[in-house]
Amino acid sequence: MLIDNMMVIDPHIHMTSRTTYDYLVMKEYGVVAIIEPSFWLGQPRTHVGTFQDYFNSLIGWERFRAEQFGIRHYCTISINPKEANNEPLAEQVMELLPLYACKEGVVALGEVGFDDMTEAEEKYFRLQLKLAKELDKLVLVHTPHRNKKEGTSRSMDICLEEGLDPLQVIIDHANEETVDEVLDRGFWCAFSIYPNTKMGNERMVELVKKYGSDRIIIDSAADWGMSDPLAVPKTAQLMLESNIREDHVKAVCYGNALKAYGQSGEMKEEHWLEPTAIDQRQLYEGNSVLRGQTPMVEKPFQESIIIR
Amino acid sequence: MIATIQHPTETSKTSNIINYLQNCLEKQLHQSALTWLNWTIEKLLDNPSSHSLFIGFSQTPRQVGKANLSLSQEAISTARQLRPGWMPEYWTVDQAVRTLLLLNFQTDEPQEYLASVEKLFSAADVAEQIALYQSLPVLPYPQQFKARAIEGLRTNMVTVFNAIALHNPYPKDYFQEAAWNQMVLKALFVESHLSQIQGLDSRVNAKLAKMLSDYAHERWSAGRGVNPQLWRAMGSFTEGQILADLEKVLREGETFEQQAAALACFGGSAEAQTLLDKVPTLKQAIEQGQLTWDSFSQTHL
Repeated sequence: MLIDNMMVIDPHIHMTSRTTYDYLVMKEYGVVAIIEPSFWLGQPRTHVGTFQDYFNSLIGWERFRAEQFGIRHYCTISINPKEANNEPLAEQVMELLPLYACKEGVVALGEVGFDDMTEAEEKYFRLQLKLAKELDKLVLVHTPHRNKKEGTSRSMDICLEEGLDPLQVIIDHANEETVDEVLDRGFWCAFSIYPNTKMGNERMVELVKKYGSDRIIIDSAADWGMSDPLAVPKTAQLMLESNIREDHVKAVCYGNALKAYGQSGEMKEEHWLEPTAIDQRQLYEGNSVLRGQTPMVEKPFQESIIIR
Repeated sequence: MIATIQHPTETSKTSNIINYLQNCLEKQLHQSALTWLNWTIEKLLDNPSSHSLFIGFSQTPRQVGKANLSLSQEAISTARQLRPGWMPEYWTVDQAVRTLLLLNFQTDEPQEYLASVEKLFSAADVAEQIALYQSLPVLPYPQQFKARAIEGLRTNMVTVFNAIALHNPYPKDYFQEAAWNQMVLKALFVESHLSQIQGLDSRVNAKLAKMLSDYAHERWSAGRGVNPQLWRAMGSFTEGQILADLEKVLREGETFEQQAAALACFGGSAEAQTLLDKVPTLKQAIEQGQLTWDSFSQTHL
């Protein structure tokens, strides 16, 4: 458990790929809300129906599952950069998006952006930015693993060309090489604490020491790969131990995500601080996930060798 | 049983329910929410396009909030008259508005209507699913949604399951025995409140009684408790194995379990009545009306 029982938000985590046990431990470590961006599932989809079922699980089962552990679940909807390359399919997914983009708890369109920086990727990136503008939605931009610096610059150019306000756009998977430009151009700058391929949390400590907390957000981007659903609380702890001011830690691990995504009107602190009776009836009550066990959300979780 | 049930929602009924919901909402919603609602309904009536329905349906909670629908005793009994078993007192305003939109979406062809509602189901979030399943007993063509409602029971989301199974007359009126039995059994598995299932007493059947008894044995073998409401669905099938179960509960159970077993015996077979004679205090409490399933359900849902 975190020192001071600090509340954190993980504004980018793919719970579809994670277990119920992860929810339990995340709650224990102070995660009160998460955002699950729609993304690539590790295997290319070949039918529009699998996209629809995936979107349904983001606004249905996954939302429900999270809330059984007292974690508020939000999501973003899009066709991701990699699969935008299958144009006939992307075309059909584009038709689905308006059906989902305005639903409750959908805080942004995303992840959109570049993977290989192909023409098709740019086409669907722009189309989705246009849709975001039309529907007055925030945008979560995935920056590419390869050719990151150019991809990040180019993504921001395109957002501005499409008329988006930088404060309505979260540029994700930033690193030491891209942070300056993202912040200078006025966008939200998110860092994914993800072992080996993205940001490490010791490096993140140094970045916050250098840049402070303004418009900086951290997330885990945890998915089916070697990743860590506790990346945000662990990094919060490391920051506190590294004598980073507590208000900075709270901003990058909680407040800024709320401020950025709260602009959607779909994500409010009261959702987890003072859930209404209705919310409790529709989401918090019941325990199908727990399969008959007493919900453990209020009790500290303890490992036990006995399984009942 | 199924065949004798009248279609509860003929067209005139639909307009009565529209008026009813409209009145309730006018008493409760703020002016801005009402303006949005009236505008949305007008748009739907002018041009019943599924696109307008989808947009309105998605926007509902943001426009009208999610407060509990507040109904007077009189309004509650009116609801029961309009559609027997209908319990909008358990609804919220967004659910009432979503139902109102579905009722104001009037297409010429039933198939068009059903296809649009099916499309809503197929892209519904948790709250939308709850609203849709709750609305089934007052929608037009209710018979046509039977497969959808049964499919809905397969959900892993207890709140969605509850929207179909609890405080809802739809299953009692439309489900065949197999689906009905699965619903009751699943309600036990997911720890829903059996006492809130409509028709639990009237739709008892031998097969269900057997399934419930088997379930109780499974629980006992695993050292787990058994929901005492289970005995309520035994009806008059209290013989053989089930009789032995009740005897065991009366002998070994906690006080509340003994109460439930006694109630089951009271409504059960002649042999069960004999069993009840062995617990004269409970028998007397039942005969004097101090112990009923209703009173029992106050503390054990």
